[in-house]
Amino acid sequence: MTNPIAALGRAVLGALAFVGRLALFSGETISHLVRPPFYPRELGTALIQIGFYSLPVVGLTALFTGGALALQIYAGGARFSAEAVVPQIVAIGMVRELGPVLVGLMIAARVTSSVAAEIATMRVTEQIDALVTLSTNPMKYLTLPRVLAATLVMPVLVGIGDTIGILGGYLVATETLGFNASTYIKNTADFLEFMDIFSSLIKGGVFGFIAALMGCYYGMNSGRGAQGVGSATKTSVVAAAILILASNFILTQAFFSA
Amino acid sequence: MIRLTDVHKSFGSNDVLRGVDLHVPKGKSMVVIGGSGTGKSVLIKSVLGLVTPDSGVIEVDGVDVTRQPRDAFLARFGMLFQGGALFDSLPVWQNVAFRLMRGALKRPKAEAREIAIEKLRRVGLGPDVADRLPAELSGGMQKRVSLARAIAASPEIIFFDEPTTGLDPIMSGVINDLIREIVVEMGATAITITHDMTSVRAISDRVAMLHRGKIRWEGPIADLDHSNDPYVDQFIHGRASGPIETLR
Repeated sequence: MTNPIAALGRAVLGALAFVGRLALFSGETISHLVRPPFYPRELGTALIQIGFYSLPVVGLTALFTGGALALQIYAGGARFSAEAVVPQIVAIGMVRELGPVLVGLMIAARVTSSVAAEIATMRVTEQIDALVTLSTNPMKYLTLPRVLAATLVMPVLVGIGDTIGILGGYLVATETLGFNASTYIKNTADFLEFMDIFSSLIKGGVFGFIAALMGCYYGMNSGRGAQGVGSATKTSVVAAAILILASNFILTQAFFSA
Repeated sequence: MIRLTDVHKSFGSNDVLRGVDLHVPKGKSMVVIGGSGTGKSVLIKSVLGLVTPDSGVIEVDGVDVTRQPRDAFLARFGMLFQGGALFDSLPVWQNVAFRLMRGALKRPKAEAREIAIEKLRRVGLGPDVADRLPAELSGGMQKRVSLARAIAASPEIIFFDEPTTGLDPIMSGVINDLIREIVVEMGATAITITHDMTSVRAISDRVAMLHRGKIRWEGPIADLDHSNDPYVDQFIHGRASGPIETLR
């Protein structure tokens, strides 16, 4: 009888300890924002790595998702003679939900994994220790630039993803479903509100923060050897994906529940 | 210069350091020998603050290391890591000049590069190596680059962690000679961790043997061969039988 209770207690304590460690890690990362020295070159590199090089995957994901969304809404809408809502639903679906979430998940797959693997390898090969002996704080030099870059660049990626997603829907609707091009654009523009776009970009920033933070956290706390690096990489992506989906729910509720 | 007093460190149930007492005089080269897993690397990492001891006192120049300003304290040290620990993403010269391009010791880029090339030359590498990435170098060359990085800012204290591991005997000899020359030339205080007896004889002024988490024997290199300590004798002669337990 005591064993299940003990196991439950251990699990709860473990979860609380994880939350505490993660909160401390986040706090330390953020605190370096206002404490010199700063490493602008590292920030610039991270902006390019996370932002520019993610554009193809973000663009392709959004394009195909927007197109598929248009087909689904058209087919679904036809059941109750509401095919005409395709532009509005594609726009609201991409901007409010699919754009930020899919871009967030793609960044978790591409950036979280590479950040975790890179930092974990640096941990295993003593490069992190070497940084310390060279009077360089690894949190300042490795973690802050990546987390800051992801937080800054993700709203831009989400904005681009939203736009390309709507474009995907537009192409499918006008080329295969017989929609008038100018009417489609007008309906899309008229339907979207400021809060839709604002919430999308805020979600992007939050998801970027989570994605990079998870990569850095698991990389810094990696175990030894190739297995440690592999485990850190896998766990970071899973944790980032779950946290992105959970925070998406919380943010959606905060923005649109009223 | 460096004094460790009753330093303890455990990892879970594994008591690695069990009361280490060691004194390294200024300007001397101390080599710490001992079997694999006896805590030699933990010992020097404790001095640098990379590992936090559970108890005991570590002093440099009579001041507890935990009470010294961190950056100024670390600026006095150079370290050669066992695997080199070169930064993969940076070219060789930026690895060597890393400390000279950031923080309190920051220099203009051209000057930092010039110093890096000079330090590379000091360890026997030409300027053609400067713009290569570490992955493009052999193990011996990576060790030399790491050595150049350790001495780039002319530190007062240098730690060498297994400097010849993974190198062929000739390259080991080259690295040993370089370490000895550099330590003498710079007047630095050095601690070297090794179980390579050729390195011990080439590098050291004094030798300490770490066994079961304590300093088993310490003395000048000249006394090593007649220490009258069965543990030291077994270790330096590489005998399978003796008081040091071996897994067979």
